[in-house]
Amino acid sequence: MWIAYKTIVIKEILRFVRIWVQTIVPPVITTSLYLLIFGGLMGGRIGQMQGVDYLNFIVPGIILMTVIMQSYANTVSSFFMTKYNNSFEELLVSTTPNWVILLGFVSGGVCRGLTIGLAVTFTISFFVEIQIHSFLVIGVTFLITSVMFALAGFINAVFARTFDDISIVPNFVLLPLTYLGGMFYSIDILPSFWRGVSIFNPIYYMMDAFRMGFLGIGSVELWKAFLVPCIMIVVLALIANKLLSRGVSIKTE
Amino acid sequence: MTLALSTDSLTKTYSNQLEALKGINLRVEEGDFFALLGSNGAGKTTAIGIISGLLKSTSGEVRINGLDQKKHANEVKKMIGLMPQEFNFNPHEPNMEILINQAGYFGISRSDAKIQAEVLLKKMELWDRRFDVAQSLSGGMKRRLMLARALMHKPSILILDEPTAGVDVEIRKSMWEYLTQLNNEGMTIILTTHYLEEAESLCRNIAILNNGDLVEQTNMKKLLLKAKRQVLILDTVEKLTNTVSIANCDCKILDDTTLQVAQGENTSISDVISGLSAQNINVSHLRSTQNRLEALFLSITS
Repeated sequence: MWIAYKTIVIKEILRFVRIWVQTIVPPVITTSLYLLIFGGLMGGRIGQMQGVDYLNFIVPGIILMTVIMQSYANTVSSFFMTKYNNSFEELLVSTTPNWVILLGFVSGGVCRGLTIGLAVTFTISFFVEIQIHSFLVIGVTFLITSVMFALAGFINAVFARTFDDISIVPNFVLLPLTYLGGMFYSIDILPSFWRGVSIFNPIYYMMDAFRMGFLGIGSVELWKAFLVPCIMIVVLALIANKLLSRGVSIKTE
Repeated sequence: MTLALSTDSLTKTYSNQLEALKGINLRVEEGDFFALLGSNGAGKTTAIGIISGLLKSTSGEVRINGLDQKKHANEVKKMIGLMPQEFNFNPHEPNMEILINQAGYFGISRSDAKIQAEVLLKKMELWDRRFDVAQSLSGGMKRRLMLARALMHKPSILILDEPTAGVDVEIRKSMWEYLTQLNNEGMTIILTTHYLEEAESLCRNIAILNNGDLVEQTNMKKLLLKAKRQVLILDTVEKLTNTVSIANCDCKILDDTTLQVAQGENTSISDVISGLSAQNINVSHLRSTQNRLEALFLSITS
């Protein structure tokens, strides 16, 4: 099982490295533009947010947004493609258990999230001096965030029938949730109604914890910020494993 | 007799209510070279899909080397190598990687897989293309790649669904030789093909599916004995001037030196030749208009 797991992970890593122009370069360019526009040009006028310079304030959000989008994109595109070109049959005829397949694809998503997250962090370091408050909090937040969105991407891919189906969720659900999760602002500045709405956004908790790891500031207690995504991971993992076991959209009924 | 594969009352009804298999009882002996034939939509690919674990059956049982497929899924999967009809690999992946990954899914280490991949790629004449992506291969090369992939975990049963479709004559012959060699080494091979001469020359036993039913399951030689009537085309040395007649046969002159003879029941080719000799007609070439198995297949499935 270990060899099968390793095989899937290596395959996934080679896949996104092979197409680095599509996977690694665009987020790096987007990040640079975010920092230039929101941080460099507009940040000076905004001043401080929660007691830190605006440019520093948005850094954790930009990195986490990259991790979210890339972890999701890796599993959704990779698994959808295996369905599309029927190469998933290679796994179906093999002795690899479903949970190992799931773990392999999710690990691939985590690896892409980590690789591109690091590339983006490196790019950011040219614009701003990156502060680190707690490596542990950053690491744990990164891990649970990437696992959760890799799982969500996997489920999306299971149900996707066309290429459109794999771009709808990132564009119309993930991106708005990320922006509304406090990427560019503190939830504290929102009117009370919208603050109430934000607490139902899981990305808000991850964003808050990630900012705590970098800057040492946050609005939510850390245990709460970790608990919400952990519960979601368990739920998503159970759903994804069930879908695989039932062969939904991979075995003709 | 040890059975490599047996199915009991195997049925498959798809969600659109299509009854692809209607309770088939297949028996394939260990070490056999077995032909599973049927026209398009007969249920061959469905049967293969269920046997190899790609599809779920609606009811019935599959046993591989005596093991129940549902109860011993992993052991059974290790015994089966599948070369499907459709290309089912990632076309953007290098050929060597495709083979190594497949072995990895069966728990074979990367170092062992590399050795096995080298052997198979060389055998399939794909070694020079090992670093190329699969989509750059020709149709025949892709088929050979899939054959190599099916053999990566050294299965005891090899299932080939249309293995030589789109493969040129030369490569097809070399594939036949390789498959025969594998069979001689003890591997059980189950073959579906639309080239009936392929099945006739390679396989010892045969089953024919028609609309989801198993309509024939027998020894190839026994089946071919049923082919009573054969239409022959004969090229003659002399020009044909008069009407030609042979006992129990229908003769028709096609042109000056070509004669068509429909063999009657219990009439051998020797009878035909000697009948012509008696009329001072010497034959230079002889061929059959239709493959014997093809004729039988058509009569069984029509």
